[in-house]
Amino acid sequence: MITYPFAYQRAANLAEAEALLGANPEAKLLAGGQTLIPTMKQRLASPPLLIDISGLHELSGNRRDGERLVLGAALTHAEVAQSPEVRTLIPALAELASHIGDPAVRHLGTLGGSVANNDPAADYPAAVLGLNASVITTRREVPADKFFTGMFETMLAPDEILRAVAFPVPRRAAYAKFANPASRYAMVGVFVAQTTEGVRVAVTGAAPSVRRLPMMEKALEASFTPEAVAHIKIDADGMNEDLHGSAQYRAHLVTVMAKRAVAAALA
Amino acid sequence: MTTVTMTVNGKTVSNEIEERTLLVHFLRDTLMLTGTHIGCDTSQCGACVVHVDGKAVKSCTMFAVQAHGRSVTTIEGLAEAGALHPVQAAFREHHGLQCGFCTPGMIMTAVDMIARGVAADRASIRRELEGNICRCTGYHNIVSAIEAAAKEMGA
Ligand SMILES: Cc1cc2nc3c(=O)[nH]c(=O)nc-3n(C[C@H](O)[C@H](O)[C@H](O)COP(=O)(O)OP(=O)(O)OC[C@H]3O[C@@H](n4cnc5c(N)ncnc54)[C@H](O)[C@@H]3O)c2cc1C
Ligand code: FES
Ligand code: FES
Repeated sequence: MITYPFAYQRAANLAEAEALLGANPEAKLLAGGQTLIPTMKQRLASPPLLIDISGLHELSGNRRDGERLVLGAALTHAEVAQSPEVRTLIPALAELASHIGDPAVRHLGTLGGSVANNDPAADYPAAVLGLNASVITTRREVPADKFFTGMFETMLAPDEILRAVAFPVPRRAAYAKFANPASRYAMVGVFVAQTTEGVRVAVTGAAPSVRRLPMMEKALEASFTPEAVAHIKIDADGMNEDLHGSAQYRAHLVTVMAKRAVAAALA
Repeated sequence: MTTVTMTVNGKTVSNEIEERTLLVHFLRDTLMLTGTHIGCDTSQCGACVVHVDGKAVKSCTMFAVQAHGRSVTTIEGLAEAGALHPVQAAFREHHGLQCGFCTPGMIMTAVDMIARGVAADRASIRRELEGNICRCTGYHNIVSAIEAAAKEMGA
């Protein structure tokens, strides 16, 4: 499949990428291309200009900032999965990254691309919301609770670039995903974290956008055990329904995945 | 139109192409390296896997311009001086193919996983083959071939 024609420019640095994006409102940033290129091939997107930001050193690497681990937007899923810092401080995040798609997708796909895209079935948004992370852009720092605003929608302005995500290091955390057997995207994925500020539970794949589960958070606050969430029934209203599964099926899966995530966090 | 320059199987190539040219089309249609296949064209099947700077990627999900200045290895670049690469030899030995359509991508994925040291056992090999689909073999002999090659290569 051939995309519509476009111009291509590899940005030399972040400032150039920002200037190009500001001057070309219809342009798109190209990171790993693992979402954007399939979309362009299906002709669902036709940006006149692609601004390649994949190699920018300002977006790469990770650093410790007090109790937070700050990961650059250009880190690939494979890099996050293998990072000694991530594996030591937030092993649940390394584990999550190691189950995104397949090895070839993980070699190119990036943290920034996944978070900016906010696919309803993507894995990273669950970790960003579950760990109470902050999204650092070229303009500001946005808390996860405000960042994801709807299906494929975020707070990012059209000319704003996601630079990094700052993850507070949790006491314990885990992610349990029921992967779609064909695509590996999450049918339902639940991220649980026990943090200094309490328990957080975030679910992806189930609804039009990643969301928290306050009922489960309260139950786990009282007792951080799989049994504490086992009896919680999730309302099927507002759950995704498609050829892969009904709303009831997904609602049921949320409880099952939450139980597994808590068990994994305790293991 | 734009000019891309990259190293393909050790040789420098430079061509004028449309920006929207996918890497797989550049390899097959411009360079006539037709060993890299297009199975699905939707990023699912892995028939198009090549290495860019030593890493396995799906060449149907990358534009050729993204590989500008980089080094690409295709299935044609594996055999040295006419001798099959150990993974190619193992696929032949273990009947790791039937129609052969998926084989170039399977082999490029296998070489990558062995290089990363993650082909230790059959379960890991199957997990690493997540992005490669074969419609003939049932995978059993592909896994056997990769297992044998990994052993032989000391990985
Ligand atoms: C076969 C296959 C299986 C997959 N399986 C999974 C899966 O199991 N789980 C999962 O979560 N994902 C999955 N994905 C998606 C994959 O994780 C993508 O890599 C990711 O969603 C997008 O990252 P990217 O770097 O490739 O972004 P791109 O495709 O380059 O960009 C995506 C969008 O984000 C924008 N963007 C990119 N970087 C930035 C930035 N720094 N600032 C602002 N905007 C930006 C782009 O303009 C574009 O609109 C799969 C993809 C494929 C092809
Ligand atoms: S042709 Fe590229 S993944 Fe199938
Ligand atoms: S051998 Fe025919 S598709 Fe794999």
